[in-house]
Amino acid sequence: MLSSIRLRCSASYGLRSYHLTNMRAFDELRKLEIFFMEETRRGCSVIELYELVQHAGNILPRLYLLCTAGSVYIKTKEAPAKEILKDLVEMCRGIQHPLRGLFLRSYLAQIGRDKLPDVGSEYEGDADTVTDAVEFVLLNFTEMNKLWVRMQHQGPARDKERREKERGELRDLVGKNLHVLSQLEGVDLDMYRDTVLPRVLEQIVNCRDEIAQYYLIDCIIQVFPDEYHLQTLDVLLGACPQLQPSVDIMTVLSRLMERLSNYAALNAEVLPYFLQVEAFSKLNNAIGKVIEAQEDMPILSAVTLYSSLLKFTLHVHPDRLDYADQVLGSCVKQLSGKGKINDTRATKEIVSLLSAPLEKYNDVVTALKLTNYPLVVEYLDNETKRIMATVIIRSIMKNNTLITTAEKVEALLELIKGLINDLDEPEGLEAVDDDDFEEEQNSVARLVHMLYNDDTEEMFKIISILKKHFLTGGPKRLKFTIPPLVVSTLKLIRRLPVEGDNPFGKEASVTATKIFQFLNQIIEALPNVPSPDLAFRLYLQCAEAANKCVEEPIAYEFFTQAYILYEEEISDSKAQVTALQLIIGTLQRMHVFGVENRDTLTHKATGYSAKLLKKPDQCRAVYACSHLFWLEDHETIQDGERVLLCLKRALKIANSAQQMASNGQEGSAGSVTLFIEILNKYLYFYEKGIPQITVESVESLIQLIKNEESMPSDPYAESLFASTLQFMEFQKQKGGAIGDRYEEIKV
Amino acid sequence: MVLVLALGDLHVPHRAADLPPKFKSMLVPGKIQHIICTGNLCIKEIHDYLKTICPDLHIVRGEFDEDARYPENKTLTIGQFKLGLCHGHQVIPWGDLDSLAMLQRQLGVDILVTGHTHQFTAYKHEGGVVINPGSATGAYSSINQDVNPSFVLMDIDGFRAVVYVYELIDGEVKVDKIEFKKPPTSNSAP
Repeated sequence: MLSSIRLRCSASYGLRSYHLTNMRAFDELRKLEIFFMEETRRGCSVIELYELVQHAGNILPRLYLLCTAGSVYIKTKEAPAKEILKDLVEMCRGIQHPLRGLFLRSYLAQIGRDKLPDVGSEYEGDADTVTDAVEFVLLNFTEMNKLWVRMQHQGPARDKERREKERGELRDLVGKNLHVLSQLEGVDLDMYRDTVLPRVLEQIVNCRDEIAQYYLIDCIIQVFPDEYHLQTLDVLLGACPQLQPSVDIMTVLSRLMERLSNYAALNAEVLPYFLQVEAFSKLNNAIGKVIEAQEDMPILSAVTLYSSLLKFTLHVHPDRLDYADQVLGSCVKQLSGKGKINDTRATKEIVSLLSAPLEKYNDVVTALKLTNYPLVVEYLDNETKRIMATVIIRSIMKNNTLITTAEKVEALLELIKGLINDLDEPEGLEAVDDDDFEEEQNSVARLVHMLYNDDTEEMFKIISILKKHFLTGGPKRLKFTIPPLVVSTLKLIRRLPVEGDNPFGKEASVTATKIFQFLNQIIEALPNVPSPDLAFRLYLQCAEAANKCVEEPIAYEFFTQAYILYEEEISDSKAQVTALQLIIGTLQRMHVFGVENRDTLTHKATGYSAKLLKKPDQCRAVYACSHLFWLEDHETIQDGERVLLCLKRALKIANSAQQMASNGQEGSAGSVTLFIEILNKYLYFYEKGIPQITVESVESLIQLIKNEESMPSDPYAESLFASTLQFMEFQKQKGGAIGDRYEEIKV
Repeated sequence: MVLVLALGDLHVPHRAADLPPKFKSMLVPGKIQHIICTGNLCIKEIHDYLKTICPDLHIVRGEFDEDARYPENKTLTIGQFKLGLCHGHQVIPWGDLDSLAMLQRQLGVDILVTGHTHQFTAYKHEGGVVINPGSATGAYSSINQDVNPSFVLMDIDGFRAVVYVYELIDGEVKVDKIEFKKPPTSNSAP
C-alpha cells in the first residue's frame, strides 16, 4: 500500500484523477487505521507506531501515515489531543505543493474532526480546551488557504482559466474548516467575535486573492448564525472595503442583507437587536463606502445594492418610513450623476426597487409618503415610466386602496404621468402599441373610481385636479378618461345637499350649478376628438341628472347640445336609430320642463323620428314618441290628443310601407307586423283609460289586421297577432276595472 | 340541470373599476353552461373575462358597448324554455313592464332577459317572465338612484326554471330565489 501512495505522488496527475486516486487511498488508509487500532489493542505501543511511520521513505506517504497513526494515538488518549494535533498540523508544512498539500490537510481535517477537544467532548481536559481546537482548525485553515491561493500563480498565464476552474472545484476543501468552526459547541458569540472572526478575516484580507476572498466571505456569512453577524456587523462590513476591487462585493452584501431580512422576518423577537446595533445605519454607510471606493461601479451594481438594502429595511423596520426614504435618497444621488439609464437590467432592478414598498405596504398612499420615490421614477426612461405607472395602478386596484385627498391625488398623478400625458417623446404616441395604449388608458379609467372622498368639497377638488390633467393629456386619451370623470361627477351631484337644506345657499363653493358647468366643460372636448357619439350619450346622462336637481335651463342646455350633435355628427342610419331611442327614452322621463321647452324638444324628437331613413324605423320611432305625451305620475304631462296623433302618424307610415311592399319592393315584407305592434300600443294606452283611444279605434285596427292578405305568408306576424289576442284574453280574465275594459273590445 | 348566468350593465371602465371581488370568487370557470349578457360591458377585456367563465357566451348590444357588432336582440332555447335577450334601451318607456311584455310577444319567448335600469326585477305575467339581472358592478345609473351589484343564475331543468338572484348589500351577498314552471301543454310562443 505504501508503494501505491508513493506511485500516486510521483506522477503528476490531472486534478480529476488525483481526486479519484485520493478517494481510493483514503479508503485504504481507513483500513489501515483500523489495523493500527487493532495492533494497539493487542499491546503494540502506539507511541512506537507513531515513531515507526516516520521512517517511511517519501515525505508525502510519510505524512499520510503519520496522520493515520496520530488519529489512533489520540483515540488511545495516551497523550493530550491538542499536542498531537499541533504536531500534525505543523508537520504538514512539509508539503508546499498546493494540490498535494490541500488534499493532505483535508485528510488531516477529516480525521481530526471528531477528536477536537470541544466543550462536552471526550477529549476535553484541563489542558485541552476548545481554544486549542479552534487554534488547530484556524491554523489548518490558514495554511490551506495559502496553498489554495498559490495555485493561482502556478504555471503559464495561458492556463489561467483552467487553473481558476480547478480552484473552484477545490474550494469546499478550504471552506470546510469554517464549517467545522461553526459546529463547535464551544465557539460562542464571544469566541467568534474575539478570536475566530478576526483571524479568519485577517487571512482573507491578506491573501489578496479575488477568488478566495469572494468565496470565503460568502462562506462566513452562510455558515455562521445570523445572530453573530448582527453583533459583529461593523467588523464584517469593515473588511469589505479592504478586499480586492474586483471582488463582487455587491452580491456578498446583498446576500448578507437577505439573510438578515429573513432572520428578522422569521424571528420577530430579535427586532430590538437590530435597532440596538444600529444595523440599518451601518449597512447604509458600508454600502456608501463601497460605492465610493469603486469609482466606475456600474449603475446596475449600485441599484442592486440599494434594492437589497431597501428590502432589508422594509422587512426589519417596516414602520420606519424615514429609513426607506433615506435609501431611496441615496439611490437618487447615485442616479443623478449618470443621466438616463440605458442598461435594461438596471432598469428592471429599479422597477423591482420601486415595487418593493408597494408590495410591502399594500397601500400606495404609504408609498406616496416617501419623498424620494417620485425622484427615482424621474430617472426612468419613458417606456419604463409607463410600466411603473401600470404597476402602481395594479397595486391600487388589487388592494382596493382609496385615494382620498386632492393632495394625494395630485402626487399620484405626478407619479403616473407617463400614462396621462404624452411625455416629451419625439416620435409621439407611435412609440406605443395600440392595444397596449388602450389597456393603459382603460386602467387609468378604472383608477378614477378609486379616487374618492365622502366630503363634497374635497371631492370637488379631486375632480378638478383630474379635469386639469385629463384635458391636457392629448386628444387620444380623452375618450377613455373623460367618461369615468363624468360619472364620478354625476355621483357627486347626488351627494350634494338639496338647495333648501344648505345653510350657505348659493354661496357654497360646491353647488349643483357649478358642477353642471364643470360637466359641460369636460364633455365639450369630446366631439372634436372625434367622439361625438360618446359626447351625445354623456350629455343625455347629464340632462337626466339636471332633471333630478330640478334645474330646467341646465337640462334644456344639455338637450340642446345633444340635439346639435345628433343633427351634425350622427349620420349613420343605424347609429341614428339608437341615438333616437336614447333621446326619446330620456325625454320621456323628463318632468322638469315647462310647457314651452317641452314642446320644442318633443316636436324636434318626433321630427327626427319621421325623418329616419327606413320606413319601419320611422314607424317604430314615431310610436315610441307617443309615450312622450303621457307620463304616468305627472298629470301635467298627459295629453291624449298628442298620443293619438303619434299613433295615427305611425299607422300612416306603416301604410305607406305596406304599399311599397305591394309594389314588389323588398325589405318591406314585415309591414303587417308594424300594424300589430301599433295595435299593442293602442292597447297600452287604451288600458290606461285615455279617452281619445276609443274602443272603436281599437276594434277597427284589429279588423284591418285581420283583413290583411299577406298575413298567411308571414308566420312571424301571425304568431305575434296570436299572442296579442291571447294577451287580451288574459287581461279580460283578470276581472275588475281592467277586465271590464277588455270585455268591451269585440274581436 | 343547466346553469345559466344572466348579468349585464357592468360599464367597465366608465362607471366601475371591476366586478366586486365577492362576485368574482363565486364565478368559477366550468360550473356554468351558458352566459347571457344584457350588454354594456363595455370593453373587450370584460368580454374575454366572461368567456373564461363559460365559452358559450351570448351578448346583445348596450348603448355604451365598444363592440358595435353585438346584435340588438337574441333568442335561444334552453331546456323547454325559449329565452329572449335585449339590452332594453330600445324599449320605451325604459323599465316599463307592459312595454317589455310587448317585446316578449314580439320575440315569442317564455323568459325575457333585459337590463338598462340597473335594477333587479323578476316579473311574472300570463305571457311569461321578464327578468332584469341588474348591474353586476353596481354601476351608476341615471334611472335608478340606489344600485346594488347583482346578477342572476338560472337553473333550467326541462319545464322548470329556478331563478337565483345574488345581490351585494352592505358588503354581504344575499341570495333570493323564484321558481317558474312552464305548462307542458302550452305552445312555445305564449
